[in-house]
Amino acid sequence: MSEKKLDLGTWVNDGVQYLLDNYSNGFESIGGVVSSFSEGIEAILMLPPIWLLIAIFVGLGLWRIGVKFAAFTAVSFTLIFLTGFWEQTVVTLGLTFSATLISLLLGIPLGIWAAKSERVATTIRPILDFMQTMPAFVYLIPAAMLFGLGRVPGIIATVIFAMPPAVRLTSLGIRQVNKEIVEAGQSFGCSKIQLLLKVQLPNAMPSIMAGVNQTIMMALSMVIIASMVGAGGLGNDVLASIQRLDIGLGFESGMAVVLLAIILDRITESFGTKQAEKRNALFSWVSAKLQRQ
Amino acid sequence: MKAGKIVVENLYKVFGDKPQEAIEQSKQGWSKDKVLAETGAVIGVSDVSFSVEEGEIFVLMGLSGSGKSTLIRLINRLIEPSGGDVFIDGHNVAKMSKSELISLRRRDMSMVFQSFALMPSRTVLDNAAFGLEVAGISRKEREKRAMEVLKEVGLETFAQMHPHELSGGMQQRVGLARALAVNPSMMIMDEAFSALDPLKRREMQDLLLELQKIHRRTIIFVSHDIEEAMRIGSRIAIMEGGKLVQVGTPQELVDNPANDYVRNFFDTVDTNRYLTAGQLMANCVPIFVHNGVAPDALMVSQKLQELDKHYAFIVDEHNRFYGSISLEKIALLVEGGQSCKLDQSRVKQITPVPEDMPLDKVIERLVTNEGPIPVVGGNGQYSGAISKGRLLTRMQGE
Repeated sequence: MSEKKLDLGTWVNDGVQYLLDNYSNGFESIGGVVSSFSEGIEAILMLPPIWLLIAIFVGLGLWRIGVKFAAFTAVSFTLIFLTGFWEQTVVTLGLTFSATLISLLLGIPLGIWAAKSERVATTIRPILDFMQTMPAFVYLIPAAMLFGLGRVPGIIATVIFAMPPAVRLTSLGIRQVNKEIVEAGQSFGCSKIQLLLKVQLPNAMPSIMAGVNQTIMMALSMVIIASMVGAGGLGNDVLASIQRLDIGLGFESGMAVVLLAIILDRITESFGTKQAEKRNALFSWVSAKLQRQ
Repeated sequence: MKAGKIVVENLYKVFGDKPQEAIEQSKQGWSKDKVLAETGAVIGVSDVSFSVEEGEIFVLMGLSGSGKSTLIRLINRLIEPSGGDVFIDGHNVAKMSKSELISLRRRDMSMVFQSFALMPSRTVLDNAAFGLEVAGISRKEREKRAMEVLKEVGLETFAQMHPHELSGGMQQRVGLARALAVNPSMMIMDEAFSALDPLKRREMQDLLLELQKIHRRTIIFVSHDIEEAMRIGSRIAIMEGGKLVQVGTPQELVDNPANDYVRNFFDTVDTNRYLTAGQLMANCVPIFVHNGVAPDALMVSQKLQELDKHYAFIVDEHNRFYGSISLEKIALLVEGGQSCKLDQSRVKQITPVPEDMPLDKVIERLVTNEGPIPVVGGNGQYSGAISKGRLLTRMQGE
């Protein structure tokens, strides 16, 4: 590295050190909440027997997408189970879900706010850009410093990395709701909160679900990287395979990640695009039945 | 209390930073373009005043950009007025608090949109019940009411479907049902049928007129289709550049357009269709008076030959239509140089048509009747005649 004329890095170091010195209690309590939250989610995933968890995913695939995809899900999970990565996969799943839920819990309200206020939108846009484009590894350093090693810094770093699409697509979805539909809501006497709950959010759903899908995918990729700070799960095996140059291990663990990603992606995607269609199929089937009687 | 269901007074809408300044300049007679150049403010609606009577369909017409859509949104305050007042049943909408406005919208006014503006994730029934849901009516009650209005618009069997499964015309029926469900005394319809094909559009216009017969509501209807306006409108208001150019019944606008802009609207329509017997008639048939004594056949025959006419009308001493006779018929009567009196037994009885009979009915009568037909005024007095030749000349535009 050549000689530095401007030492931004030192300022950031000082900043993090300052936070650590003065607010370590605050970070500890945040860490505590995140930790118990994710442990809870993991416990729920561990609760049912393996076959039941697999059956749930297969059932979801069957309901949302179709027989072929359900079969693919069954084969994938069996493969993961047979190669001995089941436990790590469930841990990764738990981390992904925890990080996603926290991202959505923060991101969707923020997206709503950004849709309502131009000032909020212009303020958070560069922040979101920064969060998304900063190399993901970099978040691990302050996260580990502030929260120690383990699953908590992993989840926190993942939340930061995975939240932007939820914010962006919620805001975009609400802004894109047909102007006349919003006017219809107003002209029938919606209050502000009714307008949001009965008109804007339902009509923004496809876009919001696309955001949820992206958040899950980004969270999954980040929790693998987060194994560097000891978050655990499949990432550990990937990391170990790199350290030991074990191609076999790398392939097996990598494949588990890919299969998990495909399954999560397809299932969550189906909630955005096929929502209306699916429900209609059910309704017209029911109404046809009723009419026949 | 103001007269009229909806009274609009000196209403302004300015899009820009300094609305009051722009209104002042506009009042001093500055043009829209000059105001825009000087202050950067766009005047959307400028000094509009009119009044809509209870139960009428008031059609607002104008080219795109003439401010008609803005104007109706000022009436239910989807857009905030920059100046002026809007009274609905005497209450000033422009000065209402938010909560008063919301309760007025829930209770007494609804809107139908050009793009239908239905919620895609809701069923037809839930869409129709939307206004009631917002107003906090229980599910059972609102679904019952929504089902009633769906029946009125002929969609009760589609209640459980989703909007995208319906055709455009059917979707707008849902839009109409949604607006009717809250049982408002007034409705605002923004180019409600413009997105439909001509056949469907006509069908919807008929439906609207039919619904008006059952329950008369005050309707402000925006349209750019003059045929539609003339078909459904009790009165038509024409807008140009944010200003109201002329307000009147379809007949008044056809007869006396205020300027070329208004006249241009009617260029594309066959205004003849709106002609009435009173406008078609002329003094084209010689009149003979039966004042107790019937006119002499020979005299009438000579007179007709002099005037080169084929028919004569006979009226009584009170100027009431008595009968018609053709030259040929008289020729037969006076054959051999013998004259006779043209009394009841010899003349042809025709039922006269009233002055306000529309063109299509007049044509019907002319087709079934051999000669010209007499026209009578409101007091039953003979006022003129319409012959086939006369009709053609008039329709050609004289």
